[in-house]
Amino acid sequence: MNTEKNIKTLIVKKPLKLDCGKTIKDFPIAYETYGSLNSKKDNAILVFHALTGDQFVTGINPVTKKEGWWSYAVGSNKAIDTNKYFVICSNVIGGCMGSYGPSHKDPDQKIFGTNFPVITINDMVNAQYNLLDHFGIDKLFSITGGSMGGMQVLQFISNFPDKSKTVIPIATTSSHSAQNIAFNELGRQAITADSNWKDGNYTSNETNPGKGLAVARMAAHITYLSKKGLQEKFGRKLQEREDLKFGFDADFQIESYLRYQGSVFVDRFDANSYLYITRAMDYFDLAKQFNGDLSEAFINTKAKFFIISFTSDWLYPTQENKDIVIALNSIGADVGFVEIESDKGHDSFLLDVPDFLSALKNFLDKSYEEN
Amino acid sequence: MKNEFKVIADLIEKDMKVLDVGCADGTLMRFLKDNKNINIRGLEISKEKVQECISKGLTVIEGNAEKDLKQFPDKSFDYVVLSQTLQAFLNPELVLDELLRVGKKAIVTIPNFGYWKVRFHLLLKGTMPVTKTLPDEWYNTPNLHMCTIKDFFHFVKSKDIKIFKSLALNNLNTSIINESNLGVKNLFADLGIFLIEK
Repeated sequence: MNTEKNIKTLIVKKPLKLDCGKTIKDFPIAYETYGSLNSKKDNAILVFHALTGDQFVTGINPVTKKEGWWSYAVGSNKAIDTNKYFVICSNVIGGCMGSYGPSHKDPDQKIFGTNFPVITINDMVNAQYNLLDHFGIDKLFSITGGSMGGMQVLQFISNFPDKSKTVIPIATTSSHSAQNIAFNELGRQAITADSNWKDGNYTSNETNPGKGLAVARMAAHITYLSKKGLQEKFGRKLQEREDLKFGFDADFQIESYLRYQGSVFVDRFDANSYLYITRAMDYFDLAKQFNGDLSEAFINTKAKFFIISFTSDWLYPTQENKDIVIALNSIGADVGFVEIESDKGHDSFLLDVPDFLSALKNFLDKSYEEN
Repeated sequence: MKNEFKVIADLIEKDMKVLDVGCADGTLMRFLKDNKNINIRGLEISKEKVQECISKGLTVIEGNAEKDLKQFPDKSFDYVVLSQTLQAFLNPELVLDELLRVGKKAIVTIPNFGYWKVRFHLLLKGTMPVTKTLPDEWYNTPNLHMCTIKDFFHFVKSKDIKIFKSLALNNLNTSIINESNLGVKNLFADLGIFLIEK
């Protein structure tokens, strides 16, 4: 994946002590921006991406040549209006779109593989915080993201309570559940069971554990959708055939769809990064960082929160989002909450869900007017 | 804005922290925020209404008063407002207790089932009353526990709840309710507004 020419990179000189105990320094953070920073520098929104996202939020991703992952929400006149706001997004550390990760080389010029330090959501946001200094931004107007992006939002405002005016965690959780961990483990096992994985040293001989990574993606993809959504889109429809073939080819459209999702994913994603990032999600437990009291994570912030969940999201269900609302209310924080009706499952935040997009737009624009 | 909201707004001093339970489209919230610099929050069960509030720049939590008031700490608001909704809860007594726990004071308004038009409707027509403040039919009304001004007055007294102010509304007329005129007000007001504290 040699695409460096399209990737903007900030080299972080300052040492960063990771939760695992190791310290990294002089490491790259790959980022992208949209819109322009105004003279008061009060219109910046830091967007955090989810597990398989990257810094290319909207427009055509120069590496994959596909639409950016949040094209429905971010752009000119969209919910996060780039005519008005300066949008920054960076690839998480541990990722594979230019930020420091397992496909990078260690000081001895050997590819890290699984020798890359295990990173956490906390490490990710501490690394990304350097972007504020880079752009000379004292205070962001907003931070937002869905799924793992939402976890980073929560961790960021906890670590830097006065660095954002508004905070929008979407379809997320403050603590990865047993079910979440179970699905991630399934994905990791699929990767490590692929004989091409070679304990993570596959990059040295150009054969990737593509099959394992594809299975991981297929399993995960199911968790991003709802039963109803799947049934309506695919039902028992057959794939380019009149009848069952009595074999193990993709008879059903859903099989074909999942295989396709798996195959396109391996072209753009690194298997070791998948291991590292899912691990970071599993380790995420914000309340635990505050002796079990989630409210304590937000006790020092005056930011205005807006939390959004989706009815059909069973991966990060409404109740887990509401737990964050409850923690905020119990300390009298400024928090709004809405559950959006959608049958598109966890993926709703990435899709064209008008009620979601209008709520996001209205919250941002009205909050900005009050500035 | 309806007269009821003007009366409620007059009961609240400037710069207070207020929770509007069942805030609907946020009309009262917006008014309190704009005119009295109130730090205002809303709790609303309808998704559509929550969206309307967001589009007005109001902080609203989608939720059900019977389940979701418990997340607010004791006396975390100066006032909690409940407009014409008490009778629609499964357990109004529990909700009232919660309002008075969360708010230092509560403002509760009730559509008066003792209003003469309501009484006459039942007396003369023999069917369940339908009026301006009670517009639904018996089979589709959200109201489960209708009461009169007199009922509510006695009820709060029996619970040792302090009544700071009780007002009777009849269209644009507002008057004070006390022990001695309770019977008359209960006949001629279609809405009761109570400022209470526990």
